[in-house]
Amino acid sequence: MTERYNGTELLICLSARVMEDRSSAFIGTGVPMLAAALAKRLYAPELVSVFEFGGIGSSLKYLPRGVGESKTFYRALVATGICDVMETAARGFVTYGFLGGAQIDMYGNLNSTVIGDYEHPKVRLPGSGGGNDVGSFCWRTIAIMRHEPQRFIPKLDFVTTPGYLSGPGAREAAGLFPGSGPYRVVTNLATLGYDEESKRMQLIAVNPGVTVEEVVAATSFPLLLPAKVEENAPPTDEELRALREEIDPEHLYI
Amino acid sequence: MEVLESGRGRLLQTPDLDGLRRWNREHKSMALVDKLVDEHEAVRRCIDDGDYIGFELYGTCRAPLSIVREIVRQGRRHLRLVGQGLQDVDWLVAAGMVDAMDITYNAYEVHGLSSVLRRAVEKQGLEVVEWSNAGIAWRFKAAAMGVPFLPIKSMLGTDTFVRSAGKVTEDPFGNGRVMLLPALVVDCAVIHVHRADRFGNCQLDGISGFALEIARASRKVLISAEEIVDTETIRQYPERNVIPYFLVDAVVHAPFGSHPGEMPYLYGRDEPSTLAWLESAKTLEGTEAFLDQTMRRLPNHAAYLELIGGAAKQAELRALAVGR
Repeated sequence: MTERYNGTELLICLSARVMEDRSSAFIGTGVPMLAAALAKRLYAPELVSVFEFGGIGSSLKYLPRGVGESKTFYRALVATGICDVMETAARGFVTYGFLGGAQIDMYGNLNSTVIGDYEHPKVRLPGSGGGNDVGSFCWRTIAIMRHEPQRFIPKLDFVTTPGYLSGPGAREAAGLFPGSGPYRVVTNLATLGYDEESKRMQLIAVNPGVTVEEVVAATSFPLLLPAKVEENAPPTDEELRALREEIDPEHLYI
Repeated sequence: MEVLESGRGRLLQTPDLDGLRRWNREHKSMALVDKLVDEHEAVRRCIDDGDYIGFELYGTCRAPLSIVREIVRQGRRHLRLVGQGLQDVDWLVAAGMVDAMDITYNAYEVHGLSSVLRRAVEKQGLEVVEWSNAGIAWRFKAAAMGVPFLPIKSMLGTDTFVRSAGKVTEDPFGNGRVMLLPALVVDCAVIHVHRADRFGNCQLDGISGFALEIARASRKVLISAEEIVDTETIRQYPERNVIPYFLVDAVVHAPFGSHPGEMPYLYGRDEPSTLAWLESAKTLEGTEAFLDQTMRRLPNHAAYLELIGGAAKQAELRALAVGR
C-alpha cells in the first residue's frame, strides 16, 4: 500500500497539533522547525518561535538549517543573544520546548551525549547544546523520537537533559523549578504523555494503523496504558499541502 | 556555603579574576591605537601554544573561519578550546592542535554528527568536559562581570552536570539547590563582525550570539570584520558599538570571512562547500587532503577566496542572503 505521507511528515503534523496559540516554543533543528512553521500557518498563528542564539518571533517564512542562522530571525520581533534568550526561558516565559535524543527513559530523561560508557564511548554524540537548558526551564517539553526498543530504554547511558529524573519530586529536590518538565513524546508510532502521580510515561494515542501491542513491543520499559487509547488522525490534505508547497518546498527535511 | 556535589570534569581554565584584572591593566590601553593587521600578524600576535581559545558565533553563521584557517596554516600546539561550534572546532581538532575542550555541542545539525569529534573522542582520547549552551554562555558572563562563579538553575540532576567542572550548593536565600558555574576566562576570543574600525570598535547586525560576553571574558580579542569603517561611523551610532576598542588586540579585514558559513544580511551559506568538507572528514586521508588544499597550501585568505571561485562565487553567495 502506498501511503499518502511519510513518517517524517506524520511526526511534523502530530507535533504541530500539540501547541496552543499565543504561546511560545523553543525550537531545535529539524522536525520542531517544520512543526512550528506548520502550527503557525494552520493552528497557532500567534505562536512565538524562540531560537537559542537570539531569534524570537520570526515569521518562519523560510526554513532554517540550523538554530543560529539568519532565517531564525527573518522579520523577527527580536534579534538578541544566547544569554538573553536563556534568561528569558529561566524567568518562565517559554511554554514549550522541543527536544530530541538517541535514548529516552520512562521519566522522559534524554541522552544526546554518548552511546556506551562515557570514558570509552561507542558513539560520541553532539552533547547537550541547549537541550539541558530547554529541559530545565520550559514549562512543557515535547520530545520527538524514533520509537525503537533500543531507544526507549529503562536506563540511559547518559542523562544529558532532565526529564522527571528518578520520579515524583526529583526535579524539585535537584533544584529545578517546580511545575516544569516533560509533557509529550511524539514518535513514529504514537503520542505519549506522563501520569500525573507517578511521572511515568503513558500512552495517549497510537498513530494510524499502529496497534497498542506494537507500541509496547517497541518500548523496553513498562509503559502505562490508559483505559482508552485514542488514535491520531492522519495528516490532512491541508497539512500536507502547506508542508510540501510552502514550508519545505526544497524537501530539506521531508 | 557547603558544596553538596562536584562535577568530575577537569577545570580546564582557572577562573583567575585577579589575573584578568592585572592583565587588563598591563596589556590593554584606553588610547586609540591602530590595530589593523593582516590575518598572519593577528594570529601571530594573539594565539600562542597552550592557549585557551573561544570562537563566536556558531559554526555556520558569522563564524571567524578565515582566522581558523590561518591558525591551521601557522600551526599551534596544545590548544584548549571552548567548543560551541562546527567547522571552527573541527578543523583545529582535525589538525591535531587541541588537547582538551569544554564542549556543549559539536555536530552539524541537519547534516548529522561530526566525524572529527567522533574519531577524536572514541579513538584518540580527546579530553572533553560537558556543559549546556546556557552554561557556557553564562560562564563567559561571570568572567565579564568579574565574579568567580554564577549560581544557575540548569544542568542540575543530570550527567551533564556530573561530567562538568561545576559544583552544587544550597541557595542561602531560599531557592533550593543551585549549580555554581565557574567563570571562564579565555586567553583569546576570535569574533567575526560586520563592521569594525582600525582601533577595534565593532558593530554587528542580527543576533549577537555570545559575542558581547566572550569579548569581555578574554585576555586577548582578535576581531575579523567584513568591512573596515571610519571611526566616524562608530561615533554616529555609539550605542551600536558592542565591542569597544579597548578590549581588542587585533583587527583583520576579512570579506567573506565566515565562508562557508553565512553572514546575516550580506551573504548566505555555501552548503555544497560544507557538504564537501563533511564528505572529506569521513576519513583521515580525506581530512588531511582538505586541510592541505583549503588551508596549508594557501598563503592567505585572499588566495582562499580565489580558490572557492572569486568574484563570481561571491555574487552567487550574496544572492543567497536573507533580506530584512
